[in-house]
Amino acid sequence: MKILFKIITIISALMFANIGYSADMKVGFIYIGPPGDHGWNYQHDVGRKAVDKAFGGKVETVYQENVPESADAERVMTQMALSGADMIFATSFGYMDPVLNVAKKFPKVKFEHATGYKTADNVSTYSARFYEGRSVIGHVAGKMTKSNTIGYVASFPIPEVVRGINSAYIAAKKANPNVEFKVIWIFTWYDPAKEADAAKTLISQGADVIMQHVDSSAIMTVAEEAGVYAFGQASDMSEFGPNAHLTAIINGWAPYYVQRVKQAMDGTWKGGVQTFDGIGAGMVIIGKMSDKIPDDVKKEAMAIADGIASGNMHSFTGPINKQDGSPWLKAGETADIGTLLGMNFYVEGIQGDIPK
Amino acid sequence: MDFSEINIPILIASLIVTSTPLILAALGELIAEKSGILNLGVEGMMIMGAVSGFIIGVETGSAFSGLIGSAVGGALLSSLFAFIVLVMKANQVASGLALTIFGLGIAALLGHPYTGIAPPKFQSFSIPFLEDIPGLGVMFFQHDFVVYFSLIAAIATWYFLKYSRKGLILRSIGENHDVAHSLGYKVMATRFISIIFGGALAGLGGGYLSLVRVPQWTEGMTAGAGWIALALVVFSGWHPFRLLLGAYIFGGITILQLNLQAIGININIALLSMAPYLATILALVIISTSRFQRNKGAPKCLGVSFVKVT
Repeated sequence: MKILFKIITIISALMFANIGYSADMKVGFIYIGPPGDHGWNYQHDVGRKAVDKAFGGKVETVYQENVPESADAERVMTQMALSGADMIFATSFGYMDPVLNVAKKFPKVKFEHATGYKTADNVSTYSARFYEGRSVIGHVAGKMTKSNTIGYVASFPIPEVVRGINSAYIAAKKANPNVEFKVIWIFTWYDPAKEADAAKTLISQGADVIMQHVDSSAIMTVAEEAGVYAFGQASDMSEFGPNAHLTAIINGWAPYYVQRVKQAMDGTWKGGVQTFDGIGAGMVIIGKMSDKIPDDVKKEAMAIADGIASGNMHSFTGPINKQDGSPWLKAGETADIGTLLGMNFYVEGIQGDIPK
Repeated sequence: MDFSEINIPILIASLIVTSTPLILAALGELIAEKSGILNLGVEGMMIMGAVSGFIIGVETGSAFSGLIGSAVGGALLSSLFAFIVLVMKANQVASGLALTIFGLGIAALLGHPYTGIAPPKFQSFSIPFLEDIPGLGVMFFQHDFVVYFSLIAAIATWYFLKYSRKGLILRSIGENHDVAHSLGYKVMATRFISIIFGGALAGLGGGYLSLVRVPQWTEGMTAGAGWIALALVVFSGWHPFRLLLGAYIFGGITILQLNLQAIGININIALLSMAPYLATILALVIISTSRFQRNKGAPKCLGVSFVKVT
């Protein structure tokens, strides 16, 4: 018993010692999965570490992983705010309403919500134009497929994901008019076994290039084993499939996180801001191209990336019809931001329906 | 919409692969529950098996030793549970939940240096001559030996529980541990072995995930498979063959809906994903009606701590 008391005393002393250490600012992050996923959460954690590094001891960062998109998220953020967080980054779409609820209770805490569309006086949103990256890899996919069948493992039917499919399809179709897309929705962001099953199914139905909008690296492993191609999602995943990995869309959150924390520190941070940056601002980065891609295709892909970055090109440039054949964009017209953010239709040529 | 694009033999083959970890984990849990132990830590033991199997597989360069390692890892974690519920007499439900949380955490810790590494290849175990049968060969005779092992394990479990004396003792302990104890049967030892066996099989199921089915290590990779295994035990009414059937139905729904989606059929995916759980609830309702009451198979002492009266 005496030893137990001693241990408790030591532990509590350590805990208080921790509280005694004070930084100017405390920034909290909540993740939908583990930062060890080598994907979505990993990149957010890279951003968090960049904040740690940029401000030295002045900013303390804390994070909570595997936070479900439910009332749990509210509980976790409330806990963070109560324990002194001045700013909270909620890094998944489904945290949208929990963020708004908690933000109402803590008007002095600054909230940043990734990929959402609802803001408040102390809530800003940020998202990356991943679809720009998908134009680049869509082109590569269209050029690399031999069976003219590209498999696409999608998570949830939200505008963000639909936008990615459309963008990739338009680019792939331009690169290879015979190309066909097969889409599987698995209704989860992170389930390696389910992602692997979906990829295997697509391969069994003839797909030889797999694209993904789910978080784990399981698809890359499956692609490597089956001898087909795939793309890194959120991070470079070449270590999981040295032969399968063509290139990756990398999420570059670090510059944004550092900038927003800096603004919060010097008082210039504003709520209600909706940031939507792409390749140009470095929020979307095209990874290293594999040697498997022929040089001319590499060049074309990089030209697309550069064109989009400089603003000379747009992923959605007319003429484009919707899936049912009704016109959407006239020749030369580009998509407006409202339609992009609320996109709930496939473009002409994609088979199947978006699940409701 | 072209049904001919669905490759039926591959579909059947992949549903068998998808179901295998569930069968293994659920069989282990079935034995534990038959002895009166409700271990809700299946998810934790599976992930522990997944990580320890992966580590040992990578370190030794042999997928087979990896699988052995996964069973040992699951068994080790379950021995902790055995100590807590058998010796300390803690509440089994709470201890099992804690085991899941603990297992997920420690697996993440152990596996951290092993993300992004490819495990050694696992040889499939084709059955000579039979593997060459068109269609059937791909479906049934070109799997790895774990798939066949899971089938043999189901038959062995059934035979053990139904026909062997040891199985009868195990069941009697699960039904009424006081009576079994007064007859001189070793309640604690039997339950201890059952828990360890359950842990080893759950670990093997996890190892199958990380070494064969996915194959890689990622944090939280079991993603709820342990809970489905638990539901399967109830769904089966504690019968190994119904458990096998339930697992194949579950795997079948999973794989079929992926195939239907890929050929562009508009199906209600949310409803299909819900189906196994819905079936579990329905099964629970049916077996709790009075007609099934007598032989529904739930051990009477399930979840009750045994305290020796001297």
